[in-house]
Amino acid sequence: MSTNTIPDFNTTVSIDKVGVEERVSRLNKRSIKKESKMQALKLALSMIDLTTLEGKDSEGKVVQLCRKARVPYAPMPELPSVAAICVYPNMVSTAKKALQGTEINVASVATAFPSGMAPLQVKLDDTKYAVEEGADEIDMVISRGEFLKGNYNLIFDEIAAIKDACGDAHLKVILETGELETYENVRKASDIAMYAGADFIKTSTGKISPAATQPVTLVMLEAIRDYYQATGKMIGMKPAGGIRKAKQALQYLVLVKETLGAKWLTPEWFRFGASSLTNDLLMQIVKQETGVYQSSYYFSTD
Amino acid sequence: MDRKTTENASNGEKKPTSPNADLKMEFSEFWQYSPAPESSDHIELKERYDLFIDGAFVPGKKGRMMKTINPATEEVLAEFTEATSEDVDSAVKAANRAYEKTWSKLSGKDRGKYIFRIARMIQEHAKDLAIIESMDGGKPIRESRDVDIPLAAAYFFYYAGWADKLDYAFPGRKAEPLGVCGQIIPWNFPLLMLSWKIAPALAAGNTVVLKPAETTPLTALKFAEICKDAGLPDGVVNIITGAGPTGAALVDHPDVSKIAFTGSTEVGKIIQKSLAGSDKKFTLELGGKGPNIVFEDASIDQAVEGIINAIFFNQGHVCCAGSRLLVQEGISEKLISKLKQRMETLIVGDPLDKNTDIGAINSRMQYNKIQEYLEVGVQEGATIHQSSCEMPEKGFFCKPTIFTGVGQSNRIVQEEIFGPVLTIQTFRTPEEAVEKANNTPYGLAGGIWTDKGSKIFKVSQQIRSGVVWANTYNKFDPTSPFGGYKESGIGREGGLHGLYPYVRLSANR
Repeated sequence: MSTNTIPDFNTTVSIDKVGVEERVSRLNKRSIKKESKMQALKLALSMIDLTTLEGKDSEGKVVQLCRKARVPYAPMPELPSVAAICVYPNMVSTAKKALQGTEINVASVATAFPSGMAPLQVKLDDTKYAVEEGADEIDMVISRGEFLKGNYNLIFDEIAAIKDACGDAHLKVILETGELETYENVRKASDIAMYAGADFIKTSTGKISPAATQPVTLVMLEAIRDYYQATGKMIGMKPAGGIRKAKQALQYLVLVKETLGAKWLTPEWFRFGASSLTNDLLMQIVKQETGVYQSSYYFSTD
Repeated sequence: MDRKTTENASNGEKKPTSPNADLKMEFSEFWQYSPAPESSDHIELKERYDLFIDGAFVPGKKGRMMKTINPATEEVLAEFTEATSEDVDSAVKAANRAYEKTWSKLSGKDRGKYIFRIARMIQEHAKDLAIIESMDGGKPIRESRDVDIPLAAAYFFYYAGWADKLDYAFPGRKAEPLGVCGQIIPWNFPLLMLSWKIAPALAAGNTVVLKPAETTPLTALKFAEICKDAGLPDGVVNIITGAGPTGAALVDHPDVSKIAFTGSTEVGKIIQKSLAGSDKKFTLELGGKGPNIVFEDASIDQAVEGIINAIFFNQGHVCCAGSRLLVQEGISEKLISKLKQRMETLIVGDPLDKNTDIGAINSRMQYNKIQEYLEVGVQEGATIHQSSCEMPEKGFFCKPTIFTGVGQSNRIVQEEIFGPVLTIQTFRTPEEAVEKANNTPYGLAGGIWTDKGSKIFKVSQQIRSGVVWANTYNKFDPTSPFGGYKESGIGREGGLHGLYPYVRLSANR
């Protein structure tokens, strides 16, 4: 395993902006109809990291969100539950308790989320706390300032240290692509994160605009593919923020299908960081089943 | 770890191999797209089409008919008339009358009004025209809907704008129309090629007799209906259908002032011979064998996408297709493996399905020609690789194909195949790339892929072809001239340059 040679992160993998965006717009022309649509809607539902990351989050809110995670839409109990609940560290134990007996994971943001503007030790403590509270997955942020400064080794070491602190918990590395400005930076940050030990790479915190975009996601998926081909190791992908509509979710799934293939089309390797997406998926699923749209009042808001 | 990074060389030493030879991506398992065909039920096609002469559909004098089929199903779509030399003569006469009596007398502004109206009507009928184009020619609806028809309308809009500005098109000179233009168009972009021909001709004040290809006459005949509905004066546009002999009769007609032809180099040579000694103006847009040069500093994933667009666009039935890939040797292995992977996601099938990437080969004749070249390639010792996609049972379909291990001397490298077949050569220095790129009788288009702007300019200036695309391929715009060097043709279409062949310039009075 340790035979992997780590690339020189000072060299840049060149990415053509126009080309990436053209590729995305071509993939957006895929027409997803009938059975393939239903299959994709359910798949997308099962890939959601149902998220609440607000300063005013209460235990009550988290418990209710966990209910929704288990059974997203009571009239159709056969629908899949979501993949995980994503919360702040001090809500982890509440979520863990509420999800007992299910296979739904608890993900916790950590490392001075969302800015990451704290010393490494604070980030490590933050991570360890979340893991001790029972988090199955840790969503860390990278130090964007240091990245933009060119301190790639520091970023690498930080990720590796956090990975260590995670123990058995899965590590998702948030690149906060909205602050990285160029696709080439996104690619570089993806490579650093993967080689430093990320299990997942994730676009955004959701606190910065733009959050996830399809071109950024495509660049990250291509980085995952190249890493897989170089090392044989699969890395997961999580676009987060700004994905609100079922149609967008299907477009993301097409990107995954045609870049990484079928192996990545499971909640184990692909997640949506989203909250309002759930209800739009449910609404579309009900529409597919019954032929009519239901009022939004029929779907729970948590 | 199951990665295979080394293999035993013959002397027992370990030598490195491609790191991922056994790490295949699986694109075909799980979550297949359900069929999403564009409905063609509402498309109204006549059972038989007459010739469009002097503003009306009239039967051919001899009444000989031909059939046009859907190459994806091999079913007959409609019958159309084979125009004889008498028919051609009456079409040219009608065009001449219209030229003398009405069209040359109209002001530029009024001509522009008609052309703008035609452009708008193409947009209004865009969906139906796209469906007919795909049914008749086999091209995927994604392309006819997003490329062919919108571009055809754009060319009419563009040249409509020139109609009342001819006095400013060629400073210090007066631009006058030529008379009747005979125009012969190919089967790969039927309506688009029609627009490249008819729009500038009408804008400059000429009238036209146009012959579409015998395998794809339907959109031209639909266009005739549009001209009628637009109230275009009778005889300004005449559409005659038929095959080679009809085209020859048009080329040889003494009252034709200009010939515009797009098609094979072979036919282009015949036309140029028969025009020798006459004072007819002509433009020829012929074959190509476009070099697509990828340097090692290129954005590799986007270059792969560009290679796909360059050769598999419209089943490779593109005169400017990037059919010769030249890759710098340092990245060739990586690039070819990425290319093969990308080919696996191409969907070959029903042209009317919105998810189809590669439709049907235009005709049985073309299908046979491509198959023959595939055999030639193998016989020449090249390594063939085709995508493993599923193929429809009926119709003329060809898997996307690449040949590696080819040489400049091979027929598949030298001759235009006009199908989804790419040859791949490597090069070491830019000089070598340029030399190989130019070592062809053709010179229509080429591509360069590099992250370095200065390299784009340095290399593209040395490529002898009408168009060189940089970090993209197969991009068209009405304002941009298009045409060939060497055996790829004479004259330019598109832009101001495309107006020039349709006018006679004299000193400003």
